[in-house]
Amino acid sequence: MAAATPLKAKDFVSDQDVRWCPGCGDYSILKNVQRVMPDLGVPKENIVFISGIGCSSRFPLYMDTFGFHTIHGRAPAFATGIKAARPELSVWVVTGDGDGLSIGGNHLMHVLRRNIDVQILLFNNRVYGLTKGQYSPTSKIGMNSKSTPQGSIDHPVDPVSFALGAGATFVARSIDVDAPHLQKMLKRAADHKGTAIIEILQNCPVYNDDIWVEVQDRKSRGEAALVLEDGEPLVWGAHGQRRGIAINDGVPSIIALGDEDDPVSKGVAIHDESHESASYAFALATLERPDFPLPIGVFRSVEKPTYEAMLQDQVDSAVEQRGDGDLESLLHSGDTWTVES
Amino acid sequence: MSQTKKPVEEIDRVAIRFAGDSGDGMQLTGTKFTEATALAGNDLSTFPDFPAEIRAPAGSLAGVSGFQVHFASEDIRTPADAPDILMAMNPAALRANLGDLRPGGMAIVNTDAFSTKNVSQAGYTEDPLPALRDNYRLVEIPLTSLNREALASLKLGARETDRSKNFFALGLMYWLYNRPMESTERWLEGKFKGAVLEANLRVLKAGHAYGETTELFPVSFVVPKAKIEPGTYRNITGNTALAWGIIAAGQLLGQPIFLGAYPITPASDVLHELARYRHFGIKTFQAEDEIAAACSAIGASFAGHLGICTTSGPGFILKQEAIGLAVMTELPVVIVNIQRAGPSTGMPTKTEQADLLAAYYGRNSDSPVPILAPATPGDCFYTMIEAFEIAVKYMTPVVVLSDGYLANSSEPWMIPEVATLPRTNVDYRTDPDGFQPYQRDADTLARPWAVPGTPGLEHRLTGIESEDVTGNVSYLSDNHQKMVNLRAEKIARIAADLPPVEINGAERGEVLVVGWGGTCGAITAAVNEARADGQDVSSIHLRHLNPFQSDLADALSRFNQVLVAELNHGQLWRLLRAEFLVPAESLAKVEGLPFKIAEIRSRIDQMLAGS
Repeated sequence: MAAATPLKAKDFVSDQDVRWCPGCGDYSILKNVQRVMPDLGVPKENIVFISGIGCSSRFPLYMDTFGFHTIHGRAPAFATGIKAARPELSVWVVTGDGDGLSIGGNHLMHVLRRNIDVQILLFNNRVYGLTKGQYSPTSKIGMNSKSTPQGSIDHPVDPVSFALGAGATFVARSIDVDAPHLQKMLKRAADHKGTAIIEILQNCPVYNDDIWVEVQDRKSRGEAALVLEDGEPLVWGAHGQRRGIAINDGVPSIIALGDEDDPVSKGVAIHDESHESASYAFALATLERPDFPLPIGVFRSVEKPTYEAMLQDQVDSAVEQRGDGDLESLLHSGDTWTVES
Repeated sequence: MSQTKKPVEEIDRVAIRFAGDSGDGMQLTGTKFTEATALAGNDLSTFPDFPAEIRAPAGSLAGVSGFQVHFASEDIRTPADAPDILMAMNPAALRANLGDLRPGGMAIVNTDAFSTKNVSQAGYTEDPLPALRDNYRLVEIPLTSLNREALASLKLGARETDRSKNFFALGLMYWLYNRPMESTERWLEGKFKGAVLEANLRVLKAGHAYGETTELFPVSFVVPKAKIEPGTYRNITGNTALAWGIIAAGQLLGQPIFLGAYPITPASDVLHELARYRHFGIKTFQAEDEIAAACSAIGASFAGHLGICTTSGPGFILKQEAIGLAVMTELPVVIVNIQRAGPSTGMPTKTEQADLLAAYYGRNSDSPVPILAPATPGDCFYTMIEAFEIAVKYMTPVVVLSDGYLANSSEPWMIPEVATLPRTNVDYRTDPDGFQPYQRDADTLARPWAVPGTPGLEHRLTGIESEDVTGNVSYLSDNHQKMVNLRAEKIARIAADLPPVEINGAERGEVLVVGWGGTCGAITAAVNEARADGQDVSSIHLRHLNPFQSDLADALSRFNQVLVAELNHGQLWRLLRAEFLVPAESLAKVEGLPFKIAEIRSRIDQMLAGS
């Protein structure tokens, strides 16, 4: 259905008061998602936002689309049912580091490996917010939280590595307050056929303030972030501090570059989103502060058939081969006998 | 059927139990015998009883698999309390089953399997056969050698040769009961090729010929056709009927089915069966776990499909939080729990009815759902249609409680005329004018089903308490009270659609036996027998567990004594006492086995004696 007037961001704002804490990174993400929606070319009634439980999971309530705020960790499973049943819908999952990687880790793994064409926005603030400040599966070792007064002793999981390990066909990372970059990633995710997951670095001003400040702050971003661009060398840093990333045998290292140096001839890797091996993207995912810049952008983007398309194909080919199912002949199939009156 | 030259004796009914190692093919033998018996026009009832282990150590008691088939020229309702014939393929099968054999019954044993080693592995300290002759009619047949002899000219390996001995036994039983073999031959021809087909066909005939020539069987038997209602019949198990009921519901409601399921005994067969019928537009999804199975089905329902999940006890418990969400968001989804013996893993292949209270009360907070329970294998078909009708009419999750006995046992089933099955229009909301997600129908209290893709109906559902009418998040105390009341009232109103209670026997009297689910056959048979003996007893079988039929209280009040018979520790018994203040007694059996008719009759006798 063609909309009579083009939709605007405000058409995606629901009538509910937004109830995140002041200064929460979720506000910015919400605004950017609402801004991108009109550009997707999808009728509003075909858009569905699904979430689990947690601060991020309130997200669908604030979107004027179809929405389903479900139970803790299970959003990918609901989204799977919706998308498998109705492949024409544009289905978005909003989750967090606790919802998606702790209680819902299993479902996240399986939606990724099945390559169901949904977009997953994983807000990573490395803390449980809604339950008031316990460490999460992405919290760093040693984090002092209400449940870890002597410091966390859990080794954290990295969302990008997790997604790559599960066989995800589109994996990206962006930042809550970097509007142009985030919008670009959202559009890329929407365009991708298959599961697209974006780790969005998000600030929790109440329980884990400023953990991402280096990459959020424009002044330090150039030094702290490596912006990934397909086909471009992995180079970052201001004039006089230019450096590049070389990857040898899957191990990344830093190469110092003069302002005039050709990075490639110095051994700097060229970013390849569709590299034949996911190990390249894994190597990128190991880059962490403070030793390395934090990569931002699309780590991996490859094509694979989607689950729902293959399922629909099976239905269609079954109909083609056997005709539309007929209940009468099903009930009479095999051995039957008739008792005469 | 080849003509026998020996005398043929006519009998009304017989129950045969095939028993052997779980690798001996006893389930297949029993199933094929059942199919031939159904085609011969007898009424029948079967009871497969097998271990959870796929191949327990050969010859061990743990590995014994049995299949009992009861067939008659009259109306029968159970697989029979005690088999008249036991065919035991080895000492372990004999030891595990002999206690059930009717005194004076016939034990047919494969003497080749009674080596000293096998005898001792079964736990016997000496050869059990000599002692058997005092109490039973012992028929000793060297089945393995006879089978090998029949296949000597086919160059098959020893393992492949011995594997077909169950069909030798089957051929012999076909001779003994004058069953037609054609359906089994047809099945073999469709299933096997080459030497294996030839071997099976040959031993089937050899077993049959052995019956005719051996002096061990001076007569054969015939069970005349049963006088049953005219119509076209087929043999059906509960799980097949259940799967077909799901397919039928999709056709009758005119909407596609989405099944989310995770493999679990004894429910997996429904997933297998439905996966074969994609041309009905059915989408089956084998989820990563029980929780995802439920969530995907609810997601499909949110998207406007008929969502369903099939599971068993442990899986049902894992689904409870998701079911609670469907209660809260008032989405139509059907959850089938094919109950098995528990708690925990329990005994996966054994039957039980102990999840009734879990279905009632197993979720957090007040979370009412309609609960249905099929009464017979064939009734599983109709129960599924009814479950979907209730789900979409009242916008609610519906729980169906089948059980392991219904799942695997079979009976002749009159195939319904498709045109006579109830058709229901699914009423999606399409009009955006005045749309509110929780605006309720005045009669049913159902909220509208507004599915994605419908312009102007964009709305959000949440497991957080929602405001009446608008569906907006609300933490107001008055609203919560109102919504809890509404959710309860909506389910209670379903009672208006239910038929009156049917009483088997007199409308009032001394003893009333109340049962539910898969025990229907045993309870009805026990009560009918007792009534034939002049006892003042009636029975009611509940297919609707929540809500109860409106006239149930009245029916219960017309009897001096009420007995609730069920395969659990007294769950319906507790509910009926709580709901209706009746001083009901409980007959609770939890052995992983169905009721025997005698167990129910004995309790009826006690109650009548005390009155």
